[in-house]
Amino acid sequence: MPLSALVLLLLGLATIGFLVSRGRAAQFQADFRAVHSRPNYHGWFSFIWVFLPAALLVVAWSLFAPSYIGPSVINSLPAEVQPEPGIARQMFLNEVRSLAEGTSDYAFSPGAEEAAAQYKAIATRANWVVAALAGALALLGFFYAFTRVKPQFRARTRVERFMMGLLIIASIVAIMTTLGIVFSLLFESLRFFDKVSPIEFLFGTHWSPQQAIRADQVGSSGAFGAVPLFWGTAFITIIAMAVAVPIGLLSAIYLTQYASSRFRKWMKPILEILAGVPTVVYGYFAALTVAPLVRQFGYAIGLSDPSSESALAAGLVMGVMIIPFMSSLSDDAITAVPSAMKDGSLALGATPSETIRKVLIPAALPGIVGGFLLAVSRAIGETMIVVMAAGLAANMTANPFQSVTTVTTQIVALLTGDQEFDSAKTLSAFALGLVLFLVTLALNVYALRVVKKYREAYE
Amino acid sequence: MNNAAMTSRPAEEETMQRPTDWKSPEMVARIRKRYRSEKLFRTMGLVALTFAGAFLAFLLFTMVRNGLPGFEATEVRLNVAYTEQSLGVSAADVKGPNGLETLRNADYGLLAGDALAAKLGIADPNEIMRAERMVSQATSTILRDHLLANPSLFGKTVPVWVPAASDFDMLRKGNIRRDAPEGVRRISDDMLAYFEKLEASGDVRTAFNTRFFTSADSRDPELASVWGATVGSLLTLFVTLLISFPIGVLTAVYLEEFAPKNRITDFIEVNINNLAAVPSIIFGLLGLAVFLGTFGMPRSAPLVGGLTLALMTLPTIVIASRVAIRAVPPSIRDAARGIGASPLQVVFHHVVPLSMPGILTGTIIGMARALGETAPLLMIGMRAFIVDVPRSLEDPATVLPVQVFLWSDSIERGFVEKTSAAILVLLVFLMLMNGLAIYLRQKFERRW
Repeated sequence: MPLSALVLLLLGLATIGFLVSRGRAAQFQADFRAVHSRPNYHGWFSFIWVFLPAALLVVAWSLFAPSYIGPSVINSLPAEVQPEPGIARQMFLNEVRSLAEGTSDYAFSPGAEEAAAQYKAIATRANWVVAALAGALALLGFFYAFTRVKPQFRARTRVERFMMGLLIIASIVAIMTTLGIVFSLLFESLRFFDKVSPIEFLFGTHWSPQQAIRADQVGSSGAFGAVPLFWGTAFITIIAMAVAVPIGLLSAIYLTQYASSRFRKWMKPILEILAGVPTVVYGYFAALTVAPLVRQFGYAIGLSDPSSESALAAGLVMGVMIIPFMSSLSDDAITAVPSAMKDGSLALGATPSETIRKVLIPAALPGIVGGFLLAVSRAIGETMIVVMAAGLAANMTANPFQSVTTVTTQIVALLTGDQEFDSAKTLSAFALGLVLFLVTLALNVYALRVVKKYREAYE
Repeated sequence: MNNAAMTSRPAEEETMQRPTDWKSPEMVARIRKRYRSEKLFRTMGLVALTFAGAFLAFLLFTMVRNGLPGFEATEVRLNVAYTEQSLGVSAADVKGPNGLETLRNADYGLLAGDALAAKLGIADPNEIMRAERMVSQATSTILRDHLLANPSLFGKTVPVWVPAASDFDMLRKGNIRRDAPEGVRRISDDMLAYFEKLEASGDVRTAFNTRFFTSADSRDPELASVWGATVGSLLTLFVTLLISFPIGVLTAVYLEEFAPKNRITDFIEVNINNLAAVPSIIFGLLGLAVFLGTFGMPRSAPLVGGLTLALMTLPTIVIASRVAIRAVPPSIRDAARGIGASPLQVVFHHVVPLSMPGILTGTIIGMARALGETAPLLMIGMRAFIVDVPRSLEDPATVLPVQVFLWSDSIERGFVEKTSAAILVLLVFLMLMNGLAIYLRQKFERRW
């Protein structure tokens, strides 16, 4: 029986338990003075006891099953076809599993078909055992809960205690995610730094991971100097910010200080749409429309060979993508400035633009800087635009008409396509990911703190 | 410093004694200058906004102009003879008990060539083979499916509209110029003559491209479809919603209503705010290392994609839900407490239902972002070329934005319009979701 069907069945059983207990509890509700909980709570108490233990068993089994079924299938085979422990065995088991589950129907290894039959038999038997156990647990849980359906039983307290536990567990998911990110990146990066020294990775200026997959070159891996990638990322970020900061800031100023409410009503959704366009669309637009324009422009100003994938095209489009982000954060910062400051300046005879430049912006500067840092972190982590428009050549150039490559582009390039999971090439993607995560994390933490402090200052 | 202040004082007193002469030429010039800079500043703001608006308009215009032809397909009418000799089967077998099986295994390879040969009046087998390139490579499969769907057509000659090959589709839509020299054009002169002959006899039409919305993906632009990717997107979003919505709401409830003010709560808050700003590709690496690596979940599956995106959308939902919950006035809580509700009853019977519009709006916006996300899904392998429409959460699948990315990588000219058309489909979905969010916000939002 498949897992999902089992869980659905348990849900059905739990619903029956809920209804039965609730019905029983409803009978003594007439004499409400002695009753502690409403019938629904008795019902939910049963639901939890029927569903939870059995479901936990099923989930535990589904995690544990591969490590039980695999070895027992191998052991059931005659000794001469048993594969060697290690990778060969793993591959054999994968093949057997896909045969047994019907996702492939051709056996390559000798003995795989017999093993698949064995696998099916063992898996089916084990699944039935687990299903029976789960059913028994559900039944036990039901009897436990049902015998407690009494007027003075504090079902509500029990159910609410369970709910509180659920709330806390839900809150911990965020921490678990962060920990998951940190540990998975750290773990794979450490494996990478076993093969390539961190010094070479962080300060080397030659990046060409492709050579590393040659199996005959034991110990001499490809070049993993990531400085060109850091430069490419920084370069495109600079171009993007050069577009996004003035335009975003000026838009925010115009919208908050000058625009009529009708104009604002029209303009804000346009900025929101700009923010909601998927990055892959921006990337396609950059590659299809902007890059050729930039190239033509390069020819027009007399460059001999502007690249078809240029840093300028990617940076420009990325800048436009960040405009709404920059604009809305500046908007928040400017509106947070107390109006007394603005009114005072206007009362002294300053023009609106003088007030904005000399009073509002200096007062809102921490908020704007915080927004700027968040925007930088966004530009650094942006992936699709650079993947589609910036190219893969690891150039160290300050010429915006040349192609550069970025950290995110390389992560995508390294992890898509054919690879073995343990090669330095693949692992280097995680090291790049770690650098990316740490840099953006530092930017975010600092920026959020600046913004928060700034907000408190004016509250 | 002190000295400077001393010397400047007499000067200040002097100016104070003399009132400013606003009519003096210097002052008039100065004020004019100030007003000019005011005007300039204001115009700069307007220019910035105009730039943003114009860019959006240009982007949408480009996509619509490139994409609209993708919803149309050029079709060629073939008079197909489903006869014994052309299919290589005997009528007795077809009439027999395994008739459908016989038809399924029949040879459909010659039908298109025969029909074209008859129409164009050519007999040379090589010429017929060349003429056949005007229709899609999958024509024989299409004809087989057509006959299997209508077995009564066996033995008859019927007109069937089949998709033209991509090059001729491009030619018909004007993307390949007819007057270009033969070497530059991808279509040779004699093929062009054949095609124009078909056009003249009314055997070529431009019809709505239903295939684009119904079949699975293909390597041939004229057969490519977004349906598989749409199903993949829906399955992925279903998983994302199922996981991130309850967890997000419960987290928000806990943080807003129950969490004690202590270090751990602060840490959770900082965590959530940071996760909201972590680059999406990092979530892809997490999914690759944890869901695929540690838990051994199937690659390319909507299940894994949905889980990864759920972790990514979780902060958005939590933050939006917290704002919505905070907006419910304390008097509601006090009133509920006052008539004897337990703390959890207060929250789940009153606060959460009242904040639901805000929560749902935040959720839909988070889902819209998840729908447009590409990078993390590339990491977990949802970029494979998948011919089948996914049927379950564990089937290999792809999603709309990844489909856009894959098609955009393709060199064939025919995929340019398909990519833009897929982008239009994606944008329509996004607009529907955002429209729903705006509707919810305006219809149900309450100001207390």
